[in-house]
Amino acid sequence: MELERTIPASRISPPPAPARGWPGLLRLVHLSLAGWTWAVFAFFYIPILLLAVYSFNDSKLNIVWQGFTTKWYGLLFENRVLLEAFRNSLIIGAVTTLAATALGTAGAWILHRYRYPFAGWIGLLIFIPMVIPEVLMGVSLLSLFSSLGVPRGFVTVIIAHVTFCFPFVLIGVQARLDGIDPFLEEAAMDLGATPWQAFRLVILPYLLPAVVAGALMAFTLSLDEYIVTLFTTGSQSQTLPLKVYGMAKVGLNPQINALSTLFVAATILLVISGELIKKARSR
Amino acid sequence: MNTMVLLENVSKRFGSTVALQEVNIEIFAGEFLTFLGPSGCGKTTCLRLISGFERPSTGRVILDGRDVTGDPPYLRDVNQVFQTYALFPHLSVRDNIAFGLRMKKLPLAETRERVDKIIEVVSLDGLADRKPSQLSGGQKQRVALARAVVCQPKVLLLDEPLSALDAKLRHQMRLELKSLQKRLGITFVFVTHDQEEALAMSDRIVVMNLGRVEQIGGATEIYHRPATRFVASFIGDTNIVEAEVLGTDDGKILCRLEGGLQVLVRARNAPPDGKILVSLRPEKIRIHKTRPPGENVFRATVISEVFKGAVDDLTLRTEGGLELGVLDTNEGSDEVEFDVGEDAWCRIHPDDVIILGG
Repeated sequence: MELERTIPASRISPPPAPARGWPGLLRLVHLSLAGWTWAVFAFFYIPILLLAVYSFNDSKLNIVWQGFTTKWYGLLFENRVLLEAFRNSLIIGAVTTLAATALGTAGAWILHRYRYPFAGWIGLLIFIPMVIPEVLMGVSLLSLFSSLGVPRGFVTVIIAHVTFCFPFVLIGVQARLDGIDPFLEEAAMDLGATPWQAFRLVILPYLLPAVVAGALMAFTLSLDEYIVTLFTTGSQSQTLPLKVYGMAKVGLNPQINALSTLFVAATILLVISGELIKKARSR
Repeated sequence: MNTMVLLENVSKRFGSTVALQEVNIEIFAGEFLTFLGPSGCGKTTCLRLISGFERPSTGRVILDGRDVTGDPPYLRDVNQVFQTYALFPHLSVRDNIAFGLRMKKLPLAETRERVDKIIEVVSLDGLADRKPSQLSGGQKQRVALARAVVCQPKVLLLDEPLSALDAKLRHQMRLELKSLQKRLGITFVFVTHDQEEALAMSDRIVVMNLGRVEQIGGATEIYHRPATRFVASFIGDTNIVEAEVLGTDDGKILCRLEGGLQVLVRARNAPPDGKILVSLRPEKIRIHKTRPPGENVFRATVISEVFKGAVDDLTLRTEGGLELGVLDTNEGSDEVEFDVGEDAWCRIHPDDVIILGG
């Protein structure tokens, strides 16, 4: 059998030259598009850059530059309140991510794989937590927990976070399932895999990119959630956003800048390493 | 011959639709059997009953002497080549092929050996470490085939495996499939809607329509001796004509076709009586400029002619007004041509007039 032949580069004709006429106008359009692009980037990244710069500013005020220092970072690592809130956020985020990813993936598979009455309505109901105003969700969960007599704390926050996080996982996994070969599962079972083995060894690896993306999404959503957390948390389970907002009310503290800078740096590292892993695997 | 698969009084209903109705099929060990029919005829359902992805509503499925009616697919000694190939996208060619053996928990060394061997058999050497996305259609096809046969199944099921290939590759794969089947000696059960494919490869063909078996037989038998109107018209082109039995004489039946033409028909079974249907293949009707000797000779006028290279595709009208399609082979340089409006002599051998049942 012959391999598909690729066309040698020399035989590919160059793209046609841009059309003549109105060259001035075209140039103007190009320039303004480029300008617009840069404006958007500036709008996104300048605040973050400023935040990082002022985390090294030797002044309690964010608006005047007085000299370089790293003391805010030092103070940050001694600030037990913030560190504890950060730890709480990580615990809640991690547990939420695990639960939401498992639920969302399983849900998407079940909706895709099986046919049952009211499937359409169930599919619709799942997305309510994504679009319902967070205040409403917070209030309703609060009244639910109090009427059931559940004390507020880690458990209630995690339940609340999972509720609005798992639809995001489900949507992503569902999109990936739309393009799946309909006989993939049957092929695995035909070769001797039980339904569970077929899911674990064939379907799950196929879904993995969407599952990982969904997990990252869930973690991010959980980490910076404010409103629903406010309604459902207890005094022992204060998260970072709650604490930061509390501190910011009495004036911006450069420690928050330091914390945010570390956060952004960690995120960027995460994204870059993710890309590097992807590249290495595809090689 | 040993029976490998037996579908015994099998019916299958999906809700209120009946996909299969009281089907009885025996598949012999080592044969190449094809289910042929239009979409919705029940051929794929038959395949899925053997693979275990469907269970019959009534009836039994026997595989190599054992009743497997209730067994799930992963406990059956059959493997399938899927229409979409269904290769595992995250696994290399080698790991795709090894999947079935790993599920069977074969020793690593044996798995490796068998995988290497089959890669050679289906000429995938050098591609073992590629991912399915890096393969051409024909190569994917080979991987799907290798992945199934490496398990040494009792029966290999093939669900329209050639339909996604281009015409040239399809013709090549037909020959390869057939020779692979002969070499491996595995029972092949093939499903297709393409009559040419079925005729080219099969030892026996099961022609299906509307959930029923119309005829089971070898390629030539099905073509030359179609049992029903459906088989006659689905496989090849034919003239189907209403006729009335006038009498029997010396192993031949005298019929009057619509339009009044009287022909002799070789009686094969008990002679039918009253109204019947007969099939006259276009290439079996010979046409001549002068009156030929023999039986079943009649006059007709050429009313249209299309040149198709190897053959001329003619339509003729008999004196009684019966229109017949006729294929005239362009076999030599002294070929006689017929023009539209010209009168010709036609002849059909009594053996070539087929009485259709059902």
